[in-house]
Amino acid sequence: MKKFLSSGYIFLIFAILYAPILVLIVFSFNEGGSLSEFTGFSFTWYKELFNDEQALTALKNSLILAVLSSCIATVIGTFAALGLHHMKRKWAKGAITSITNIPMMNPDIVTGVSMMLLFVAVASIIKANNFMGFGTMLVAHTTFNLPYVLLSVTPRFNALDKSLSEAAMDLGCTPARAFFSVELPEIVPGIVSGLMLGFTMSLDDFVISHFVSSPNFQTLPLYVYNQTVHNVKFSMYALCAIIVATILAILLIVNFAGSMGERRSRKVKGGAR
Amino acid sequence: MKRFISLFLIALMLAPMLFSCSESEKKGKTLYVYNWGEYISDGSEGCLDSNKAFEDWYYKQYGERVKVVYSTFSSNEDMYAKLSSGSVSYDVVVPSDYMIERLIDEDMLAPLNYDNIPNIKNIVPEFYGPDAEFDYYDEGSVYSVPYFYGMIGIIYNTEMVDKEDLGSWELMWNKKYKGNILQFNNSRDAFGTAQYKLGIDVNSKDEKDWRRALEELRKQKDIVQGYVMDEIFNKMEGGSAAIAAYYAGDFLAMYENNDDLDFFYPKEGTNLYVDAMCIPKSSKNKALAEAYINFMLSEEPAVANALYTYYASPNKVVLESEEYKEGMNEIREDAYELMYNADALKTATPYKNLPGSQLALINNLWEELKSDIEISPLIYVLCVGIVIALASFGIFFAVRKRIRNNY
Amino acid sequence: MKRKSIFQRMAAAPHIVWMVMFIVAPMLFVLYFAFTDEKGRFTFDNILSLSGYSNVFILSIAFALIATVICLLIGYPLAYFMSKASPRTRKLLMVLIMLPMWCNLLIRTYALMALLDNGGLLNALLAKLGLGKLYIVGSDFGVILGMVYDFLPYMVLPIFTTMTKLDKRYIEAAADLGCNSWQTMTKVIMPLTVSGVISGVTMVFVPSISTFYISQKLGAGKIDLVGDTIERLFKNTSTYNVGAAVSLVMMVLIIISVGIMNKFSDDDGGIIV
Repeated sequence: MKKFLSSGYIFLIFAILYAPILVLIVFSFNEGGSLSEFTGFSFTWYKELFNDEQALTALKNSLILAVLSSCIATVIGTFAALGLHHMKRKWAKGAITSITNIPMMNPDIVTGVSMMLLFVAVASIIKANNFMGFGTMLVAHTTFNLPYVLLSVTPRFNALDKSLSEAAMDLGCTPARAFFSVELPEIVPGIVSGLMLGFTMSLDDFVISHFVSSPNFQTLPLYVYNQTVHNVKFSMYALCAIIVATILAILLIVNFAGSMGERRSRKVKGGAR
Repeated sequence: MKRFISLFLIALMLAPMLFSCSESEKKGKTLYVYNWGEYISDGSEGCLDSNKAFEDWYYKQYGERVKVVYSTFSSNEDMYAKLSSGSVSYDVVVPSDYMIERLIDEDMLAPLNYDNIPNIKNIVPEFYGPDAEFDYYDEGSVYSVPYFYGMIGIIYNTEMVDKEDLGSWELMWNKKYKGNILQFNNSRDAFGTAQYKLGIDVNSKDEKDWRRALEELRKQKDIVQGYVMDEIFNKMEGGSAAIAAYYAGDFLAMYENNDDLDFFYPKEGTNLYVDAMCIPKSSKNKALAEAYINFMLSEEPAVANALYTYYASPNKVVLESEEYKEGMNEIREDAYELMYNADALKTATPYKNLPGSQLALINNLWEELKSDIEISPLIYVLCVGIVIALASFGIFFAVRKRIRNNY
Repeated sequence: MKRKSIFQRMAAAPHIVWMVMFIVAPMLFVLYFAFTDEKGRFTFDNILSLSGYSNVFILSIAFALIATVICLLIGYPLAYFMSKASPRTRKLLMVLIMLPMWCNLLIRTYALMALLDNGGLLNALLAKLGLGKLYIVGSDFGVILGMVYDFLPYMVLPIFTTMTKLDKRYIEAAADLGCNSWQTMTKVIMPLTVSGVISGVTMVFVPSISTFYISQKLGAGKIDLVGDTIERLFKNTSTYNVGAAVSLVMMVLIIISVGIMNKFSDDDGGIIV
């Protein structure tokens, strides 16, 4: 009885959680395009989606931005973690870590607004009138990716056996060489999870991009937003269905092959976004 | 994990590939166009894609590839905010009359070179030329070329609204339809509805008039479902709302998808607007922008746009086009009379730009309206309950801890 | 062995530069804009003018609080039941709870709105059953529902993770010592999962208080939260100074509430002895 109740409860909550998404997916195959009446099965909206150049460009932009911003953040963040690891002054370490965490603790909208103010001010100083665009998006995304990279890499550094790199240096390695050949291999898992986190964060971000974007560089979330504030084209339902299906596929593959869930939950514990 | 890495690597490899192909596209000039949402023929359902048509036409004409980056706004104020932030530059913008006046006053528009816009001859004399009556926002059309015009009216769902309630702005304040009314989500249009209802001048310079309109909107806030702009399409078509004030042309677009809808111009008078194409001073491709404007005045795109938006056109070639007349007739027999309604036009008034202090006042009043929220007692009760529960929880554990520590 | 090479000392330098330019500087700009008028003169007017927004702030806090508590009340039992499932089902449930988290918020919110709208599927079904219409969109309830729906996974996942990591021997010991299942729950499981609850609460509270898309769609632009206000001040009325002031106050509010919550967790850490 108890068992029945608990599985019933799980089922109910999941049903509610998935109902809207499922409705959207089902109705993406709707011939008429209405969201309240199913008139017939068709792939019309999918066809239209793949002819929609704006959506495809947005997808491309999203991928480029996510890859670049997560890579830059990973490089900067990893070196920062190294530097912090060797830093002796406790207060400096503490200060740097807490400042880095600001974009993670702050609501997205405040981060977005603050970035926008910076860019608008800079643009007015250098008298550029098309300052926003790929560059500002890249900067913003890299900035909010940084804390996640540090969050995943720092614990790896702390778990390092210091004597190893010291031994390497005693044997004649330069510190840089010691880092690349001794320490780096040890921290690779942390780097990879930081990269992943950054990649997904950047792919998913709407709010910050909303404030620092320009029309010549639209990402997928911005495209979806633009759709939903105007007359929604039904091909957007198809787009949503594809996104959900892709994420489900990736999650299933990864989860039943690896252990990504733990990583996501580490991010969860790291703080709020 | 390995799979994730490989997935990521695939993305990594794909990105530069995509990037490079976008690079090749990028050769040549880019034209940034900023227009109202749902305001150009976009190629859906077999109609002409006007922007693409321009790209092709330009290539044929000048042998040069150009790219149109087209983006949309939902209100004049949104457009102004974006344009005046100075961090984004556009080549062609399509604001409405009062906003064009403001942009001219603030020296943000570049005068047009009509040598590059020969198709200006297509504009009817009411809108362009020495006898023009509707160039009140830009005397002599120095900075702008009219795109479409129209009037605001009330769209309603015949299934949900009783016949005897129609005819006046009162409908938007009718308590019977609580939760089914949609109001504009921009200050000028929203205040306009109240001002027309009260019979106040929409361009009044008297603060008291605006305050009266605000009071009227406050009264209405309780019964409206929401403040929306282009979301109105989905809401009215899907029967999610019964009454909405919106631009006349959009009514026909909605009617196409839901023939329960109907429309009227309120008897108290309404707003006349002209949307016109202009070139901001910051534009880097002025000649190209003028070519774009010129192209939009030519027959094929002008007719396609007119049949996509259903707005009233100031363009001779559109008005004389058989295709246009047929298209309008097809959607609704009285579509033509609806859009070019002489009676409504007689009583309609345009919005004018107002002095800076007045604009700041409107902004403040709009903020007052939006931030004036009634918090229902239930919310208070719930919150107080939560806070008390949390506090007692905390105290309980603190006390227990102290007792335990005493052992 | 105290030698620190230039490499090690400079490793954090790019990060520090980046941080100063893109985290510290934007925050300073928010401060600057909040305390100046359009002409750049120092003023308190922006902060003082916020009294007009007091209801907006109260409502946002209230909604976020209510949504968080509802999420906790629904999510805690859900996480508990999920953790009781067999390992394989658990993994699947984990994927199912993570999918909405990875799926863009815009899509989920729009899907929910489309389902609940007065002319949406739900009301169409109710009409077929001969029941009256539910006016959810544009009401307080709709906005809170949207928050709960969007952020519930953020509450469930951290609690679920701490529960699965819980040492089963504590529970067995409690049972051996004569606790009934209710006592085990309140005396053992709940205190041991406080850390999960705290991170869940922050992960729901912070985005709820700063959202603007949910209130735009499910509140139909009628219910104005702090996020909407900020978005409008920046993107519609272009009054950056007041907008910066609102952002600043919200930031302070969140720092205070997160601080209080962390205080809670510190206190509660010592409950179980």
